[in-house]
Amino acid sequence: MSLNGTPNAADGWKSLDATVPAAIGIDIGSTTAKLVVYCDGQLVYSCYERHFSQVRPKTLELLLRVRELVGDRPVRAAISGSAGLGMANSAGIPFVQEVFATGETVKRLEPDTSAVIELGGEDAKVIFFKGGMDERMNGTCAGGTGAFIDQMATLLDVTVEELDRLSLNATKIYPIASRCGVFAKTDIQPLLNQGAAKENIAASIYASVASQTIAGLAQGRKIEGKVMFLGGPLYFCQGLRKAFKDALKLDDEHAIFPEYARISVALGAAIYASALDSAVTMDELIAGVEASTRERLVASHTEPLFEREEDYREFCARHSRASVKSVYPKDYSGNAYLGIDCGSTTTKLVLMSEDGEIVYSYYDSNRGNPVNIVKEQLREIYELCGNRIKIMGSCVTGYGEELIRHAFHIDAGLVETMAHFTAAKYFNPRVDFILDIGGQDIKCFKIKDDAIDSIMLNEACSSGCGSFIETFARSMGYEVDEFAKLGLMAKAPVELGTRCTVFMNSSVKQAQKDGATVGDISAGLSRSVVKNAIYKVIRVASAEELGEEIVVQGGTFLNDAVLRSFEMEIGHEVIRPQIAGLMGAFGAALYAKGLCLDKSAVLTADELKSFTHESRAARCHGCTNKCNITVNTFANGEKYISGNKCEKGAGIKKGDTELIPNLHKYKRDALFALEERSADGGRGKLGLPMALGMYELAPLWHEIFTSLGFEVVLSGESRRSMYTKGQYSIPSDTACYPAKIMHGHIEALIEKGVDAIFYPCLTYNVDEHISDNHYNCPVVAYYSELLRGNMESIGDAGVDFLYPYLNINDERQFVSGLYKALKDKFGGFKKSEIKRAVSRGLKAYADWMADIRREGEAAIKWARAKGMKIMILAGRPYHVDPEIGHGIDRLAASLGFAVVTEDSIGGIAKAKKVHVLNQWTYHARLYAAAQYACEHDDVQLVQLVSFGCGIDAVTTDEVRAILESGGKLYTQIKIDEITNLGAVTIRLRSLIGALDYAKGKQKTALAGASEREREEATV
Amino acid sequence: MSADVKNKCVECAECNECERTDTCNVVFTEEMRKTYKILIPTMLPRHFKILANVFSYYGYNTELLEDGTHGDSKTVIDAGLKYVHNDSCYPALLVIGQFIAALQSGRYDTHKVALMLTQTGGGCRASNYISLLRKALVRAGFEYVPVISLNFSGLESCPGFKLTLPMIHRLLYGILYGDLLLTLVNQTRPYELEKGRAEALADEWSERLAREMTASRIRYSEVKKTYRRIIDSFAAIDVGGRDRRTAPAVRVGIVGEIFVKFSPLGNNQLEDFLVSEGAEPVLSGLIDFCLYVVTNSIVDYELYGIGKMKAKIYKIADKFFLRKQKDLIDIIDKEGSFNPPTPFAHTRTLARGYVGMGAKMGEGWLLTAEMLELIDEGVNNVICTQPFGCLPNHIVGKGMMKPIKERYPHVNLVAIDYDAGATKINQENRIKLMLANAIPTPPCHHGTR
Repeated sequence: MSLNGTPNAADGWKSLDATVPAAIGIDIGSTTAKLVVYCDGQLVYSCYERHFSQVRPKTLELLLRVRELVGDRPVRAAISGSAGLGMANSAGIPFVQEVFATGETVKRLEPDTSAVIELGGEDAKVIFFKGGMDERMNGTCAGGTGAFIDQMATLLDVTVEELDRLSLNATKIYPIASRCGVFAKTDIQPLLNQGAAKENIAASIYASVASQTIAGLAQGRKIEGKVMFLGGPLYFCQGLRKAFKDALKLDDEHAIFPEYARISVALGAAIYASALDSAVTMDELIAGVEASTRERLVASHTEPLFEREEDYREFCARHSRASVKSVYPKDYSGNAYLGIDCGSTTTKLVLMSEDGEIVYSYYDSNRGNPVNIVKEQLREIYELCGNRIKIMGSCVTGYGEELIRHAFHIDAGLVETMAHFTAAKYFNPRVDFILDIGGQDIKCFKIKDDAIDSIMLNEACSSGCGSFIETFARSMGYEVDEFAKLGLMAKAPVELGTRCTVFMNSSVKQAQKDGATVGDISAGLSRSVVKNAIYKVIRVASAEELGEEIVVQGGTFLNDAVLRSFEMEIGHEVIRPQIAGLMGAFGAALYAKGLCLDKSAVLTADELKSFTHESRAARCHGCTNKCNITVNTFANGEKYISGNKCEKGAGIKKGDTELIPNLHKYKRDALFALEERSADGGRGKLGLPMALGMYELAPLWHEIFTSLGFEVVLSGESRRSMYTKGQYSIPSDTACYPAKIMHGHIEALIEKGVDAIFYPCLTYNVDEHISDNHYNCPVVAYYSELLRGNMESIGDAGVDFLYPYLNINDERQFVSGLYKALKDKFGGFKKSEIKRAVSRGLKAYADWMADIRREGEAAIKWARAKGMKIMILAGRPYHVDPEIGHGIDRLAASLGFAVVTEDSIGGIAKAKKVHVLNQWTYHARLYAAAQYACEHDDVQLVQLVSFGCGIDAVTTDEVRAILESGGKLYTQIKIDEITNLGAVTIRLRSLIGALDYAKGKQKTALAGASEREREEATV
Repeated sequence: MSADVKNKCVECAECNECERTDTCNVVFTEEMRKTYKILIPTMLPRHFKILANVFSYYGYNTELLEDGTHGDSKTVIDAGLKYVHNDSCYPALLVIGQFIAALQSGRYDTHKVALMLTQTGGGCRASNYISLLRKALVRAGFEYVPVISLNFSGLESCPGFKLTLPMIHRLLYGILYGDLLLTLVNQTRPYELEKGRAEALADEWSERLAREMTASRIRYSEVKKTYRRIIDSFAAIDVGGRDRRTAPAVRVGIVGEIFVKFSPLGNNQLEDFLVSEGAEPVLSGLIDFCLYVVTNSIVDYELYGIGKMKAKIYKIADKFFLRKQKDLIDIIDKEGSFNPPTPFAHTRTLARGYVGMGAKMGEGWLLTAEMLELIDEGVNNVICTQPFGCLPNHIVGKGMMKPIKERYPHVNLVAIDYDAGATKINQENRIKLMLANAIPTPPCHHGTR
């Protein structure tokens, strides 16, 4: 029997006797509903439609459609799919789990299948049939599904169909992270900015989905033999099919894409149903579903955004007062000031009059090429202005600040946070809190004594930003304005989570299941976005902590439902300027005015005519990082390099910056120089994986094993490619990146042909006598156990993996532990040999720490002599790894900081009483370093935190509290597989800006602009 | 506020050098003991009801918090999200949320209550719950509420509260009673003809046993008789003549991080869900966790030579606890209607070859051992529960699934993450998948029309 031919075989249907029972399978996924009728072993009807959250009415509609066809036959029905559970219960129809249903279909129809890969809207599943049946679903945190593909299409500004067509003409594949849309965007944005072909990006997106699915779900188990691909995305996207075929190296005979791919779950439900005992009539079935559509809401919900229309009108009237006057360009003559905000996805321009009116403004997506947009806009402005209006100053802010400044000779560049602060002050001179929610990021800052006091940005995770609502609105078939309107008057906004998009998607799914309306979901999403910002990003306990005079801005706040939710959540009114989306540009314009220039250097209308811009992708060879960079060349031959992670790529000559002490670099160089000191003494080749705790103790182990006669080799500095190589064996995707990269290091050592690999289990780390205990975190301590259990390549290569539990703080115990682990291996060891080696190792470690401390103190001394700022770039020892630290140390150095580590000042820093349980060695160093920063004016502490490090939830709060008690700014940078260095730059520059501002350097520059505006402010 | 806090904080007043206002440590004094009510969060509702009364017997006025344990978790979760760092683990959020919700409920004179929290002092972040609670209290405006650390490792001492040996002895009986009820309820609920009978009986017993904890003297011989009486009462529940020992229902084991494993608040009423799906939940008792903690101190000496004296004492405790567990197992066995728990002496040998006994943070090797213990008992479906992003479970939970599956390919293992943002539907969908595979033939659905 084959179903590949004509699924709606109406002819076969007619030939069936009218008394033959029918089986109906219904599959309600996150976005679509499928229904099939299966009769006498044949598929006689199928349909596949989006349900736009209207789960129950849609099901009813589909059932009514087949009523005629089915007639009076006895019917057995089953429902499957994640969103179908509620309806199944309420309508009294049996439910079957969807992966199970798929398995049933395949077992029945294609018994020789060895594996199934099924992608749904938000789920990814793999089923193995051969060699022990195993069904797997993605965990709670996983991208790479249909929703992810939708999101990426939005980012590329194409439809899903176009994305697919584009991908088929690709010539090149780039590495893109598909774990989560946020990470992927960080990879894709620079590619777009560099002018990479959309064809190639499209194919790269598919390739990343394929590799994510395979690595994430197969977890080392080989997918081979006859593989069947099911689910909507794999049915519709030819490019995705190709990506999977390529990734699994399957030929056409072994990669099966059946016609019923998108309805396979429904078919499985029907097959399941056909074996049920009791049958019903079609009318009974319909009556059940009909009754379920009338069921009352049971989803947990909150109060409506507005009870009455009047309330909304009053609300609109109040907010319309926070406006800026505007004047038509043709009605204005005189001086004007240009502000440009070149963001990561949108470009904003404001031309402001002498009196602060808006003469011209622009807001749109930068479509991957902001230079072009600014050029077009400038031309437009010159055309409108004629000779009446003269640009007297210009200023640019945002991600593209440097590029635009160089391209158009803009007078000044301003860090985003300062631009927003300047603009917010225009609307409320007493402003003490600014919250900006944009498409992809959330920024907020507290203002104290007329200076930015603290800055919070959403880090690696962009959950709950504006684009999220937009994507959701579109997936339900609405434009975002319309979607927001529905939410305003919704009667019962649903209660959704406050976490990541994936989590929220499932909350929405649950709400759909419970019968929530589109409006309820819209209002619920608005509330979630707001709660996420307040409790997750800003992390306040109560509204009072936010401040009295709050200004909200950013495109997302133009959505009234979001604005209203925010006011409800904090319990009082806020100011949302009507130009909420233009605040950065407006602030830049105000700043430009404050410059009080005689003439702006911005390109004139004539110069603009001959303006050209070429960008070329290149690779920087300044260091081993080999960053992708973009070389921009302008008409006059001027060059500007972007994409570089440090000063080297920018074409700056080695010189002063090279001299600035950077302890991260020092440690890195010293650690990797270890390898050169080891020669084979006849015991074989022993490998040390350079990850996690090895960054602390490599000098110890290196010396011990060299003394014992091993040739000690290191796995090397981490690389993204190294991570990919080991990715297949990672069992827990939510572990931190420094742990997950360990798998790649083990592979690297195996490739180097080592005989043994050593990474001990250390419950207790080095005791530095500065804490109550001296633990490692569970991951650093026991990761070897996981590696042993999950990395088949260790056994396959015949490598001896050594991971003894050792006490490194008591030399005698250390010796006996190591002796027990080694005595019968590699030709055997005498205890005296081990003893000598351990003693040498401990000395080497002590020397190493002494050296680091000496170097740290020297760095501080040097910086003080030069009057330079000092940054303790604090975190864990393994954060000096360039792949994990993403070159943030060099970035800080290029911004003029002398960079030291938390362990390098261990000799001089002493912590006071700490208010958390202080029993981890690495944490204790952080607390001591924070205290040191408090005691020295010229020292700032920036804390690096690995995404997923649960234990840092404790340290970050404590370090912040210590710093704040000493009147210091706290800056935290979350780092992961991908880190957006643009955002890090803003953080660090804002830090510098805030420090300078506090010193009053900029106060004078702004004074002229802000004083007059205070009088003119409309609010 | 800072001045007030400083006045109330003994330690801060002493060290006199700290400018911090974000946290404070109010000491529970001898005087407070007489007039304060001690609030205890719920992990295992029946166990804790019994255990709380042990404290009452020793003159502490205790009350067990039940906020959020009956499926009404919203207030608790909201309070947790509001006052606890959202990257902290879910149990911290729930426990602290429970405290704050209780303090804000208006049920108590907040100037006359203290909060009690257990602290293991291990290398897992869970040992920092107390610090997080103190910070949360300040943020919620309850900086004057004292917090008592219940720990066996001398982490924090507290003049108003002393854990004594006789007290530990009584607590042990309370734990064993609780474990017995847990075992019996789970082996009766799927089969009882009158739904809710087993739970009602267990509730009755926990009330009775709680009262028993305040008796002036507890004789062990009486305890053993009570065991038998409890078992008999459950054996008398009508299960339609089915033999519970052969377990006609699909048995599903639950292992995991201790809070989400046991607490209905933490695991979205997982046991109830399994029973409603016609499965029998199988859980090892709280005594296993206690024995695990005891074992770790012994292992610490064996591996690292740390704490020789402590190890000696713990060896005695170990023997004592094991014997008590053995007695209980024998009594269940002798009665004959129920499957007794696996002796811990056996459980702790099981992780060998998978994970080292030195892996002792969080649930450490015990978690791996419990998965293997279940397989050993013929329970082929195991749910490994953990808070989202649980550090030790990356290794001892999810990290051990591959080696276990290699050895036992027929076993269904599923890891479920719990979190304020994770939805019940996703969790249940994954469990349903496991059940669908565990039950070979389609079940006759309850709602078929």
